[in-house]
Amino acid sequence: MKLSWKVLWGVAVGCWFLVQPVCWAASEAFKDTIFQPGNLKPTDSSPTLKVGDPAPDFALQAVSGETIRLSQYKGKKHVVLSFVPAAWTPVCSDQWPGYNLLRQVFEENDAILLGISVDNRPTLYAWTRQMGDLWFPVLSDFWPHGQVAASFGILRSDGVAERAIIMIDKAGVIRYFQVSDINRRPELQDILTALRQMHASGTGSVKKP
Amino acid sequence: MKNNTRLAAFFPAAVLCCTLLLVQCPAALADGPAVGSLFPDIAFAVPERSEDRQYLKLTGKGTFTIQQIPVPLVIVQVFSMYCPHCQKDAPRTNELFRKLNDHPKLKDTVRLMGIGIGNSAYEVDFFRKTYNISFPLFPDGEFVIHKRIGEVRTPHFLVVQHTSKGAEIVYSRSGAIPNLDEFIDTIGRRLGQ
Repeated sequence: MKLSWKVLWGVAVGCWFLVQPVCWAASEAFKDTIFQPGNLKPTDSSPTLKVGDPAPDFALQAVSGETIRLSQYKGKKHVVLSFVPAAWTPVCSDQWPGYNLLRQVFEENDAILLGISVDNRPTLYAWTRQMGDLWFPVLSDFWPHGQVAASFGILRSDGVAERAIIMIDKAGVIRYFQVSDINRRPELQDILTALRQMHASGTGSVKKP
Repeated sequence: MKNNTRLAAFFPAAVLCCTLLLVQCPAALADGPAVGSLFPDIAFAVPERSEDRQYLKLTGKGTFTIQQIPVPLVIVQVFSMYCPHCQKDAPRTNELFRKLNDHPKLKDTVRLMGIGIGNSAYEVDFFRKTYNISFPLFPDGEFVIHKRIGEVRTPHFLVVQHTSKGAEIVYSRSGAIPNLDEFIDTIGRRLGQ
């Protein structure tokens, strides 16, 4: 009898931890369409690049169909890469819509934002349509699968990218490299502080992976 | 006797399990707290901005509860700067604030405040500046308040009226307020004005 009591309480508490942290605000924009992955291992990769390294060039197709190369911004704009793990998941769906408010800050700091996910273009099209009109390009790193995420060393073992913010200055050098806990949205203040520092000093933040 | 003992052992575990799952699952309580229930006793930090303190008629420092705002009715906007519909609705919520302030009677008897779910103080302030919001906004960076009010989807509006029961929720709805003038009329009728 004693054992049953303990088992049942264990199950109850276990269920609670199992669904943690399903506590992100789901916008009305997504209603019941968001998949709940549960609590994931915070990070699951070993970055191969660090602040001060030259960023590897890449070419990815945007949702719009346009092919965007990192090198096209060299000498013209700072580039902020926002890698998110997967479409239709809670934290990711609550991230880029907020960045829709940042256009002016990016323009003031001579920077462009590029959203990147390993999802394919049709999926990204449907997902980002729910976010309103995003001002920044969203790129598909679907095929070869996760190649760009892997080139930065931030592809997780299950094939999705880490939740990461990487800032690259006009010279093509990595100035900020932040891999966040996949279960949490990066703090906006950290991002904007690093962006302003990069623009103001030309050297930017020195956060290490 | 043995069965009764088993039931006695199982019941609290089952209640705990169901309660915790309900509290944790947004879909289960997406419609928010029920009309007729009481607004939880949540402590908010007294705003730093003097205009916010003055608007909410708060004196002193530390924390306050909705129950302590000395007006008959408080409208609570639950939002997030990361929510597209909240962004779209921000100008309308500003319009609601203006209409309440312009109302000859409601301007003294109704207060409007926002809670930024999952938003840090910095993010709430960013949202405030982006949309030039004049009413008080409060951060809920760790979703503590969100859990207390049933993990509603954003935006969500609650109307809390001080009745004989306490801080009673008399309106609870996810999504934008469909018609501001009708909403204000309904509030006016509730207050007999």
